[in-house]
Amino acid sequence: MFKSVLERPGVPPDMMVLVNGVETPAWDGETVASVLLRVPDAGRRSPISGTLRLPYCQMGVCFECLAIVDGIASTQGCLVPVQPGMRIESQRGPREISR
Amino acid sequence: MSYDVAIIGAGPAGMSAAVRLRALGAAVIVIDEQPAPGGQIFRGIERNAASPVFPALGEDYAKGCALVAAFRASGAEYLPSTQVWQIEDGWNLFLTTERKARHITARAVLLANGAQERPVPFPGWTLPNVMTVGAAQILLKSGGMLPEGRIWIAGAGPLPLLYATQLLNLGGRIAGYLDTATTPKLSALARLPGAWREFGNLAKGLRWLRDVRRSGMMIKGFSDLRAEGEERLEHLTWEAAGKRHRVEADVLLVHEGVVPRIHETLALRCEHIWNEEQGYLAPKLDRWGQTSRKDLFVAGDAGGIGGWMAATVSGEIAALGIAGQLGIAANPDDLRQAAHLDQRRARALALRPFLDALYPPPRTRLADDVIACRCEEVTAGAIRSAARNSPADPSAVKAATRCGMGPCQGRQCGYTVQALLAEVHGLPIGDVSFFHIRPPLKPITLGEIASLEHAEGAA
Amino acid sequence: MNADIIVVGGGVVGTALAYGFARQGLSVLVLDGEDGDMRAARANFGLVWVQGKGAKAPAYHDLTRQSANLWPTFLQELEGCVETRIDYARPGGLFYCLSDHEYEARDALNKRMHNQAEYADTRMVDRRELERMMPAVTFGSEVVGASYCLADGHANPLQLLAALQQAITALGSKLLFRSTVGSIRPEKTGFTVHATSGSFRAPKVVVAAGLATPLLTEPLGFTIPLRSERGQLLVTERLAPILPYPASGLRQTADGTVMIGATKEEATDRGVTVASATKLALRATRIIPALSAARLVRQWSGFRVMPPDGSPIYAQSERYPGLFAAACHSGVTLAAAHAAIVAPAMIAGRLSRDLAAFSNGRFDVQKCA
Ligand SMILES: Cc1cc2nc3c(=O)[nH]c(=O)nc-3n(C[C@H](O)[C@H](O)[C@H](O)COP(=O)(O)OP(=O)(O)OC[C@H]3O[C@@H](n4cnc5c(N)ncnc54)[C@H](O)[C@@H]3O)c2cc1C
Ligand code: FES
Repeated sequence: MFKSVLERPGVPPDMMVLVNGVETPAWDGETVASVLLRVPDAGRRSPISGTLRLPYCQMGVCFECLAIVDGIASTQGCLVPVQPGMRIESQRGPREISR
Repeated sequence: MSYDVAIIGAGPAGMSAAVRLRALGAAVIVIDEQPAPGGQIFRGIERNAASPVFPALGEDYAKGCALVAAFRASGAEYLPSTQVWQIEDGWNLFLTTERKARHITARAVLLANGAQERPVPFPGWTLPNVMTVGAAQILLKSGGMLPEGRIWIAGAGPLPLLYATQLLNLGGRIAGYLDTATTPKLSALARLPGAWREFGNLAKGLRWLRDVRRSGMMIKGFSDLRAEGEERLEHLTWEAAGKRHRVEADVLLVHEGVVPRIHETLALRCEHIWNEEQGYLAPKLDRWGQTSRKDLFVAGDAGGIGGWMAATVSGEIAALGIAGQLGIAANPDDLRQAAHLDQRRARALALRPFLDALYPPPRTRLADDVIACRCEEVTAGAIRSAARNSPADPSAVKAATRCGMGPCQGRQCGYTVQALLAEVHGLPIGDVSFFHIRPPLKPITLGEIASLEHAEGAA
Repeated sequence: MNADIIVVGGGVVGTALAYGFARQGLSVLVLDGEDGDMRAARANFGLVWVQGKGAKAPAYHDLTRQSANLWPTFLQELEGCVETRIDYARPGGLFYCLSDHEYEARDALNKRMHNQAEYADTRMVDRRELERMMPAVTFGSEVVGASYCLADGHANPLQLLAALQQAITALGSKLLFRSTVGSIRPEKTGFTVHATSGSFRAPKVVVAAGLATPLLTEPLGFTIPLRSERGQLLVTERLAPILPYPASGLRQTADGTVMIGATKEEATDRGVTVASATKLALRATRIIPALSAARLVRQWSGFRVMPPDGSPIYAQSERYPGLFAAACHSGVTLAAAHAAIVAPAMIAGRLSRDLAAFSNGRFDVQKCA
C-alpha cells in the first residue's frame, strides 16, 4: 500500500530487515510501523477480536503499531527507526511471555 | 542528574524554549520520544534536507532547518528516543531510553509535547489501511513513503489540503476527497478581518484547495461515511442526495483537526479549560505559560492549538517565564518586550479564530455499532448502555466497559466517552469530565520499573 | 416513606446488601456519592479469598468461608437478573514464599488456623510441586514454595459492582448517583436522610459508605471506628494465559491482564508513587522473572476500609433501632455473605444473635478490658 519515493529500479535499498522471517527492503529514517504497512498481513491482531490492525496514527497515540522488535514484544513500532538486520515480528492476539 | 529545566518535547516549542533558556545560562535537558528533533511538523528535517522529498514538503518545512540547527548548537542536553513515563512533584522525572529506566530531577518542567490528531470514530475506522492524514504525512517525512492505489482523503482542515498538495508534488494521485467541512458560516467570515494581515497564509490555503480539486473527485455534502472490507479496506460508501454511493478504495486517510496532548497535565492534576468551539480540553495557563501548578509550564500546541509559529513564540515566552521564576533572568518582562514576543504571537495566531470557526469538530451522532475504544473494542452502544446505568462520570463507564483501559490509555476514546455521556445525560459536553489519567504516562515494562530499585538516584 | 430501607453508599458493600434486601422483596433506595469519592469498590484486587483471613478471629474466618462457598450460587442468581457477565473462577489460590523463613512462617500460620477450625483445604506446596502445577512459567530462584488453599478464587470486581447496581434496578428498587448524604435524622417513625439530591424517608437506614461511614453515624452516637489504609496496584497489558492460579498480590484476570498489588500505606492522599511501583514490580518479577517483559498499563491507589481489628462491622444503633452500619475490608469476598446472610439478618432483627461477633460493641469491651 505504501512505497518509498526513494525506491528506484537498480538502486539497492538502504538496508534489509526481517519481517516475520522474510527479508524486506527498508529505508533510512523510516520506522518499524512504516515497514509494517508495506508487508502483507504484517499488522498485529487484536487480543480481543483477533481482527487485523495496521498502524493508524504514526505519532505514538493509538498503539496499533505494536510489534515484536528484536524479541521485545509490545514495542510501539512508530517510535522505533529501522536498523539493518532488525527482526520484526507480528504480534498476534494477547502477547506471549517467554518462559 | 539534576537540571534547572526539563523540557518534554523537541518540537518548535520545546526547541525554541531550550535555545532561549540556554542563552540565559540555564541547565536544560530536552527529552523526546522521537529519534530526532523537529516535533511533528519538522519531523526528520535534518535527514530530509538532502532528500528528493524535501522540496515537495513546502516552504514551512524548510523553515525548521534553522531552528533545529540553533537547538543543536544551544548546548542543551538532548535525549532522543526517550519517553517520560512519570512525573512526580518536586520535580522528579522518570524516563526510559532503549529499555533502560532512570530518574532525573529539575527545578521546573516545561511540557512542550504538542498535539495529536482528534480521534473521530466512524464505521470501519479500525480497518487496516484506514489511517490519519497526519500519519501519512509522517510516513512521507520519515522514509519518503507514498500511498499507492486508490487513495481517498476524508476530513477537513488545512492539513489534508497541505498533505494532498505534497503528495501531488511528488507525483502521487488522489482518487477522491470527501470534504467534511461545513460551508463557512457567517460567524467564521466575521473573524476574517484580523486574518487579512496574514494574507499569505490564506492565499496558501486557496492554492492548496485548487491543486486538490484538480487532482481528483471532490465530494461535499455527504453523510454516514463507512469504510468497509473483509480483512482490510476495500471500499467506501456514503450517503448523498438521498442515495448511497460506493467506490473502491485502497487507502483512506482521515483528519478532523488536532487537539492538545493533555495526558501529562491531567495526570499532574492541572486545571483545564474546555474549548467549546474546538471541542477540546487545554490546561489553564497564565501569561507565561505556567499551569495552575507552580514551576510546571506548557508551551506550544499542548497548551492549545496554534500551529508551529505560535508554538515557537510560546516556547520563548515560557522560557522567559521560567527563567524569571527560577531567578535565572532578572527582567523577563523586558526581554519579552525586546523580542516583540507578544506581537509575534498575535501575528502567528491571526488566522486561528477564522480556522477554528471554519472547522468545528464534527458532532454527528455515533451509531451504536461503531467501535469507540480501539484497544478494547468497546462500541458506542456499549458505552451508551453503561452511561445509562451510571452517573455522567467517565470513570464509571471505564470501570463498567474497560473502555480506556487498553494500551493507549484513553488517548483515542477519551473525548468520545465524554461526548456519549453528555448525550445520554443531556448535558453540555464541557460539563462532563475527561478520564482520570493514571500513571504510567507510557506503558513501560515491569522490568524497567523494577530496575529502578538499584538505579542511581532511585526515588 | 420513599422506600422500605435506604442504603447509604453504592459501593460493593452497599449494593450487595441492597441486592440482598431487594431479593427479600423490600423496596430499597441506594444513595451513592460523588464521582470523585474514594471508591474501594473500583480500586480493589478482586480476590475471593479465604486463606489467612481472620487468623485471630475465628468468626471472621468462618464468615469468609461461608461467603466463598456461597459465591457460585450468588453469582448464578445475580447473572440471572442482569445482562452483565462476571468473570469468576475458583481454582484455589497461592501465597508465594520467597525464602525458607517465609515458607516456615506461612506453614506455622496454616497450622495455627487449622487448630482453630477443621479445614483440610490449605497446605504447603514446595517448589517442585509448584512447577508441576504451573508448567507454563519458570519461577525465580528465590521461590521456595507456596501455601495453596482450595477455597480461594477470584472475580472481576468491576463487573461485580456493575452487575449489583443493575440488579438493584432490575429488581424494582432504585439507585441514585451523585446523592451524597449529609445527615441522617431519626424521626418518630423511621429516618429522614438528607442528600444533595433531596431528602428521603424510610423506616430503616443502612450506612455502608465505606470510610465516610463514621461521619454519618457518629453524630447519632453510633460509633463505627475505621481507619484507612492506602494500597497501590499495578496492572499490565493483556497477556496469553500464564497464571492458572490467583495468588495473594499477583493474579491474571480473565482478560489476560496481570494485576500486582497491593501496598499497605498510611498515606491519605490518592497519589501513586514510582517508589511503590518499583517495589511491586520487583516482587512480581522475583516470583516470575518473565513478567519483567510485560508492560505496565496502569497504576492506581485505593483505600482499604479497616476496622481496628480487621474484622467486619455489622451493627445496629442501640439508641435508634432501624439504623444500621456495615463496614469492612474484603467486600468482594464477602459480597455473597452480605446478600445472603447479613442483609436477611438485618431485616429479621437477628443481627445481634447471628452475627454478634461483628457488632461495634466489641470495641467498647476491648476498651474496658
Ligand atoms: C499531523 C500534524 C500535521 C500538522 N501540520 C501542520 C502544518 O502543516 N502547519 C502548521 O502550522 N502546523 C501543523 N501542525 C501543527 C504543528 O505540528 C504544531 O503546531 C507544532 O508542531 C507544535 O509544536 P510543539 O512543539 O508544540 O509540538 P510537537 O511538534 O508536536 O512536538 C512535541 C514533541 O514531544 C514529544 N513527546 C510527547 N510526549 C512525550 C513524552 N511523554 N516523552 C517524550 N517525548 C514526548 C513528541 O514526540 C514530539 O516530538 C500539524 C500537527 C499535526 C499533529
Ligand atoms: S501508529 Fe499509532 S502508536 Fe504507533
